[in-house]
Amino acid sequence: MAGEATIINVAARTSLWLQPHRIVLILIAIGLVLSAIFFMRWDWLPQYYEMGLLGIWRSLWILAVTCFLGFLLAVPLGLAQAAGPIWFSVPAKTFCTVIRGTPLLIQLWLLYYGLGSLFPQFPWIRESWMWPYLRQAWPYGVLALTLSFAGYEGEVMRGAFAGVPKGQLEAARAFGMSRWKIFRRIWLPQAIYRALPTLTGETVLQLKSTPLVATISVIDIFAVSSKVRQDTYLTYEPLLLLALIYMIITGILVFAFSKIEARIPNKVG
Amino acid sequence: MSQGHGASAMPLGPIFPRHACRRRCRRRLEPAIRGATLIDALLSASAAGIIELLSYNPPGWGGKLLFGLLHSLEIALGATCLGLMIGTAGAFGKLYGGPVVRDLLAVYTTVVRAVPELVLILLLYYAGTDLINQLLAALGYQRLDISGLAAGIAVLGFVQGAYSTEVIRGAILAIPQGQIEAARAYGMSPGLMLRRITLPAMLPFAIPGLANLWLIATKDTALLAVVGFEELALATRQAAGVTKAYFTFFFAAALLYLVVSLISNFLIGRVEARSRRGMPSIKEAR
Repeated sequence: MAGEATIINVAARTSLWLQPHRIVLILIAIGLVLSAIFFMRWDWLPQYYEMGLLGIWRSLWILAVTCFLGFLLAVPLGLAQAAGPIWFSVPAKTFCTVIRGTPLLIQLWLLYYGLGSLFPQFPWIRESWMWPYLRQAWPYGVLALTLSFAGYEGEVMRGAFAGVPKGQLEAARAFGMSRWKIFRRIWLPQAIYRALPTLTGETVLQLKSTPLVATISVIDIFAVSSKVRQDTYLTYEPLLLLALIYMIITGILVFAFSKIEARIPNKVG
Repeated sequence: MSQGHGASAMPLGPIFPRHACRRRCRRRLEPAIRGATLIDALLSASAAGIIELLSYNPPGWGGKLLFGLLHSLEIALGATCLGLMIGTAGAFGKLYGGPVVRDLLAVYTTVVRAVPELVLILLLYYAGTDLINQLLAALGYQRLDISGLAAGIAVLGFVQGAYSTEVIRGAILAIPQGQIEAARAYGMSPGLMLRRITLPAMLPFAIPGLANLWLIATKDTALLAVVGFEELALATRQAAGVTKAYFTFFFAAALLYLVVSLISNFLIGRVEARSRRGMPSIKEAR
C-alpha cells in the first residue's frame, strides 16, 4: 500500500522538514490549536479525566487482545487456504469471504443482539459457568473484532504463505527437517515477514474498528466521549479530543511497527 | 445485556429441565408440549415465522430492509463518486501541486486515515451541517434541514476521498514515464494529457484499489446508522427491536450485504479483466 509508506516516510524525511512554507503552516496550525484551547470549553476535562484514561486503556486492551487472537486464528486460516486439502480450504475461504463481505457493525450486532437473544433459551447455557460472561457485552465485542481481524488477516496470510519461495521449503526438506519443524522454522517466519507491512495497516484498521463496541454498551474511549457529549451538551470538544487521541495512538502504532519492520531481514526469498 | 435478551426467551426456562438438551429426552418430552408453544418460543428459529417476518408487505419487514438496502447503495454510490472526484483532484495536487497544496493534502489524507470513520462521521456531520447553517444565516437565508442522504454522501465521500487520493496517486506513479514524456513531446496541453493519457493509462493500476474502496464504502454505510440515517443497518435494527427476532434480522441484513459484496466482486473481476486486456498478466509480470 502506497499510503502506509508515506506515513512511514514522513519520519525518514525529518531533515527536509523545516522549509519556509512549512514554518508558516506550522504556525497556522499552532494558532488553530491555541484558539481551540482558549475559545472552546474544556472545563469538563478534570471531571472525566479518569474515566477517559480508563476508556483509552480499555480500547487499547481490546485492540491488543483481538489482534493477538485474530492473528492466531489467521495463521491456520491462511495455511488452510494456501496449502490445505479442499475440506479445509473451502470452509476457510468461505469464512474469509463472509467476514470481509459484511460490515463489522452487522457482525457485532448479530453476535450481541442475535446470539445474545438466543442463548437464554437454552437452560444448559444459563446454568453453565460461561453464563456470567455471556451476559456481559465485552465478550461479544472481543469475539466479533477477533473474527473480523482473522478474516482480513487470514486472506493476507494466504498470500504470504503462498508467496514463500518453493526453494526455501525444498532446502528445509533436504536438511531432513520434519514437517512441523519446516513450518515452525522456515515457512511461518518468512510468511510473517511478508505479512508484516500489511499487518501495520490491518492493526490501524482494527484500532479504527474498536469504537464500534461502544454501540453494544462497552465503555471504551468512544463511549466516554459520547457520555461527555450527552452530559455537557458540547458537540465538538469531546469529538476533537477523541480524534486527537486516536491519531496519537495510530502514530504510536505506525512508529512501533516501523521499528519492528526495520529489524527483520529486508531481503526475503 | 439489557435489551437483547427479551421476554420471548423466558417461558422455556421452567418447562425444560436441565437434561432436556439431550436428544432422547427431548423426543419423549415433545408430544407433551403443544407444538404451538414451542414455535412461539423459538419464533426466530422457525421457518414459518421467518418467512412471515421477512415478507415484503407491511406485516413483514422485508420491504423496509430492501428499501434500506437501496438507501445504502445510493449513499455508497454517491460517496464513491464524490470520493473519486476528490481523489483525482487530490492525487494531482499531491503529485503536481505546489508545496503548500502538497502539505495540506498530506495532512488531509493522514488525518482522515488515522481517525476512525465513526468519529469522522460524527464530527463532519455536526460540523458540516453547523457550518452550512451558519453560512446561510450570515448570508441572510433561513436555516435548512440537510437531508440524510446528502449528508451521508458528503461525509462518506470526504472519507473515501482520502483513500482514493492515495490509490490514484499510486496508480499515476505506476504509469510508465515514457508515455507521459511522449504525450508532452506531442505538445499536448496538461488537460488533454490528463484526459487522453494519464487517466486511461492509470485505470488498470487503480481499479483493484478503487474496487476495494467501493466494497469498503458499501460496508461503511452501516456506520451511518449510528448517526441515525435511514439505511439498511438502522432499518434492520428497528425491525429487530420491534419484533424481537434479533438473530433473524441481523442474519438477513448480513446476507444482503454479502450478496452486494459478491455481486460487486463478480463485476469487478470482469471490469478488471477488461481494463487489463492487452497487458501482461500479473503473474507473468512478476
